[in-house]
Amino acid sequence: MQKLVVIGAGMASGRVLEHLFEQAPDAYEVTLFNAEARGNYNRIMLSPVLSGEKSYAEIVTHDDDWYNGNKVTCRFGESVVGIDRARKVVIGENGEVAYDKLLIGTGSAPFIIPVPGKDLPGVISYRDLDDTNAMIEASSKGGSAVVIGGGLLGLEAAAGLAQRGMDVTVLHLMGHLMERQLDEAAGYLLRKDLEGRGITVKTQASTKAILGEDKAEAVLLDSGETLPADLVVMAVGIRPETRLANDAGLTVGRGIEVSAQMQTSDPDVYAVGECVEFDGQLFGLVAPLYDQAKVVAAALLGEDGAFVPKELSTKLKVTGCDLFSAGDFAEGEGREDIVFRDPARGVYKRLVIEDNRLIGAVMYGDTADGNWFFGLIKDGTDIEEMRDTLIFGPSYQGGAAADPLSAVAALPLDAEICGCNGICKGTIVSAIEGGATDLGAIKATTKASASCGTCTGLVEQVLQVTLGDDFQMPASQAICGCTDLSHEDVRRLIKSQELKSQAAVWQELGWSTPNGCHVCRPAVNYYLLADWPLEYQDDPQSRFINERKHANIQKDGTFSVVPRMFGGMTTPDELRAIADAADKYKVPTVHVTGGQRIDLLGVKGEDLPAIWADLNAAGMVSGHAYAKGLRTVKTCVGKDHCRFGTQDSTGLGIQLEKKLWGSWTPHKVKLAVSGCPRNCAEATCKDIGVVCVDSGYQIGVAGAAGMDVKETERLAEARTEQEAIDLATAFMQLYRENAKYLDRPYKWVAKVGLDWVKERVVDDLEERAALIARFELSQTIYRKDPWAEEAESKSEQYQPLADLTLEAAE
Amino acid sequence: MSWLDIGDINDIPLRGARVIKTKVGCVALFRTAPDEVFATSDRCPHKGGPLNHGIVHGQSVTCPLHNWVFDLNTGQAQGADEGRIATYPVRVEDGRILIDTTKLAHRSAA
Repeated sequence: MQKLVVIGAGMASGRVLEHLFEQAPDAYEVTLFNAEARGNYNRIMLSPVLSGEKSYAEIVTHDDDWYNGNKVTCRFGESVVGIDRARKVVIGENGEVAYDKLLIGTGSAPFIIPVPGKDLPGVISYRDLDDTNAMIEASSKGGSAVVIGGGLLGLEAAAGLAQRGMDVTVLHLMGHLMERQLDEAAGYLLRKDLEGRGITVKTQASTKAILGEDKAEAVLLDSGETLPADLVVMAVGIRPETRLANDAGLTVGRGIEVSAQMQTSDPDVYAVGECVEFDGQLFGLVAPLYDQAKVVAAALLGEDGAFVPKELSTKLKVTGCDLFSAGDFAEGEGREDIVFRDPARGVYKRLVIEDNRLIGAVMYGDTADGNWFFGLIKDGTDIEEMRDTLIFGPSYQGGAAADPLSAVAALPLDAEICGCNGICKGTIVSAIEGGATDLGAIKATTKASASCGTCTGLVEQVLQVTLGDDFQMPASQAICGCTDLSHEDVRRLIKSQELKSQAAVWQELGWSTPNGCHVCRPAVNYYLLADWPLEYQDDPQSRFINERKHANIQKDGTFSVVPRMFGGMTTPDELRAIADAADKYKVPTVHVTGGQRIDLLGVKGEDLPAIWADLNAAGMVSGHAYAKGLRTVKTCVGKDHCRFGTQDSTGLGIQLEKKLWGSWTPHKVKLAVSGCPRNCAEATCKDIGVVCVDSGYQIGVAGAAGMDVKETERLAEARTEQEAIDLATAFMQLYRENAKYLDRPYKWVAKVGLDWVKERVVDDLEERAALIARFELSQTIYRKDPWAEEAESKSEQYQPLADLTLEAAE
Repeated sequence: MSWLDIGDINDIPLRGARVIKTKVGCVALFRTAPDEVFATSDRCPHKGGPLNHGIVHGQSVTCPLHNWVFDLNTGQAQGADEGRIATYPVRVEDGRILIDTTKLAHRSAA
C-alpha cells in the first residue's frame, strides 16, 4: 500500500479523501496533519455558530468514527515544520512521516494589516473555530466591537456579534461594502440593511492604529476619530498559505502553482484548495475547490482528470440580506446596462449586456431569478428577442412583443401604485373616469403620488393607458438625462426620505446612470451637503474643477488665485506678501476685481499648493473667488473716514464676511455694505446688500448685476448691527436650503416670492433663530480654509503622477 | 507592448484623474467608480481644455471648459460635438497602474 500524507484537514482535502476512500479504500495509507486540534468541519457554517444558530457539533464533516473507519492516522494539533522532498518525508513537530504522494491543503491565512497594536490581546482574525469561540467569549461581556473589513467575512462577523448583543462598527477602506461582488448601488442597499440592524458602517475608513495598554481598547482612524473597541476583528482579506511549499522549493506564485491535474512542480506533490494558483487564478469559493478535489483523487488513482475553472455565481446571505452576483459586471466598451430599481421594496437589479449576450448580473433584495440569469450567462444565450423584458425574469418571456406601457396596462385593478398612501390602480382609474385627467387632479382626488412622489411616473402611465391620446405627458423639467425628476423634486425627496449619500439618491430616486453626470452630480452633491452637513461628506469629484482645485481655471488651463480680504480691507504686510508671491511664481497678470480683491492670474496648477502655503503664512486664506458660495463683502469706508458716513460699514462688512465665509450655496453670493444712501459700495445690486442710514440698516436682497440687472428688494430694516447680521445669515440659510442649484438668490426669490421669504426670515423670530442655528451647525464643518488643508495634505495630487519625458526613449 | 508601472491606483482619486507628462504631451489617467483606469490625451480638441480636471461619470469625462463629453473607451466626443481624443493602452494589476509606453515615446506616434 502506498503512503499518502495530507497537510491540512480542510474542506478541499477532506473532499479528496472522501473520493479516494469511496473509489479505492485500500489504495493508500493516509496520515493527516492539521495544525488545528480537530478534524474537518464545514467552515462556511462558522457564521451560524457565531450567531448561535448552530453548534460546533452540527458542523463537523468528519468525526472520529469516520477517520477510524478509514484508518486515517490523525495528527491533529501538530504543526508541520518542513517537507524534505529529497528523502520524501514530512517533518512534524513530533516526528517525521514518509510519503509516496503528498497533498498540500494548507488553505489560506488571514491578512493582518500592519498597524501598531495589531498584536494586542483582543485583536483576532476570523478564519477558524478558535477565532469563532474567541468572539463568542468576548461578546458574552457585551461592549463594543470594531470589525475591520467590509467584505463577506467581516460582515458575517459583524452580524453575528451584533446578534450576540455587541455594539458593532464595521470599517471598510473602500467606498462601498463588498466592492468585489457588488456594485455601488447594491452596496448601498446592503449597508442600509445592516444599519437597520444597529450596525454602524464607516466606509473609506482607514485604520491607523489599535490602541490599548494590555489589551485592545480602541481603534484610531486616519481621520483622527477614535472608536472604543473591546474586541477588534480583522477581516480585510486572505492570502494563500504557501510558507511550507515555499520552504520546500516548490514553484509558488501568489499561490502554489499547479497543473490542471493539481500537480505542483514536484510530480509526487499535489496541492488543493485556497492555497493553490492555477492559470493565474486563486480560489476562495467552495464549488471550484470541490471540482479540484475530484481531480486530485483521480490523479492519485492514476486516472485522467483535468480541472477547468467555471464561471461562478455568488449567492450570498449576509444573515438575511439577499444578494446575488454573477459574471462580469464592470462597465466596459460595448457593454450596456439594464437597471431596475424598486426603492420601496429595496430591490435593485442590474444586468450587463455585451453583443446581445448577458455577461453579468447583480441583484439585491430579490434574487429569485438569479439562477435563470446565471444560466443565460453560462450558456451565452442570445437575448436580443427578450431584451425589453429581460430584467423582469423568466416569467415575462415568451409573450407578445412588449410595449413599455403594457406592464402598467396588465396590472390588475387592485395593484398598489402609491405605496405611501395605499392607492391602487383601480382607485386611480375611477378618479380618471370621474374627470381627474392630469397628475395634479389625481393627487388632489386620490393622494396618489402626493407624498414621496416616486410613483409619479407610474401614475402618469396609468393616466396614459386610461386616457390614450387624450393624455399629454407633461413637459419634463428633469435635471438631466439621468432622471425624470426636477431639481425641486430631488431637493424635497432628499429631505423627506432622509437620503444622505449619493448612492442613496441614485437608488431611492431611480437614477438611470450608475453615478450621474456632470450636470446632476454637482447639484446632488450640493443638496446633500446643504441638507445633511454632519452626515454627508462633501465629494470633491462631484464638483466642477474650480471648487475641486480651489482656484478658477482659465482658458489656457492655468488658474487664478484670490486671497480673502475681509470686508475689502487689507494691510501693507498682506500686499507685500501678495507681491512676493506674484514674483516668486512668475504671475503674469495681477488684477483688482470688482469685489475689492486682488486676483493673481496665470498660476500653474502644480504651483497652487505652494503659493497658497506662502499666502497662508502671511495670514491670508482662500477668497473662494471660484466658489458657489460666499464670494466677497464689498464695503465703503463708512463713518470712520467719510464725512457722509452714518455707520461703521467696513466693520459690519468684516463681521458679515467672517460669519458667512466658507459656506457653500446654490450659486455664488456677493454682498456689500454701504455707509450711507450714496451707496459707494453698490449694495443695491447685490445678492444681499446693506445700506446704512442714521436710524440703522436697510437690508436688501435679490439684486443682480450680471446678465440681468436688478435692484435689491427691501427685506427689512434692522436697528442694530447684530440684527443686520442675523437677517443676512437667516436669508442665506433659507436660500441654501431651498433654492435650485445654479439659481442666484434673485431667481429663487422670484420663484418663491419675497413675502414667503419675509415670513420665515423677518416675521417668525423662532424660524429666524432656527435658520441661524442650522447655518452655524453647517459652518462648524465648512468655515475653514481649503487652501491650508489642500496644501498640507493633498499637495501631491496637484503634481503630475509621473513624468515620462525624462525616460530614455526605447 | 512595453508596460511601465507609473503608480498605485489609489494615487488617482476615485471618479477622478491625474496627469502624466510624456513625449506626446500630457496624458490624463482616469479612475472610474468601479476602479477601471483609462488613459487619454489630456487636451480637449475643442479649445484645449485640460481633461484631467473634468468630472468623471460612468465611463465618460466632461471637459471643464465647455462641457464637451468624451467616451473614455473610444475617445469619441458624445452628443452633438464632433472630435476625438487619443486613447492609450493602460491596465491595472494588483493595484498598480501599468501604461504601455510604446505609443508615448515619440511625438510622431501621436
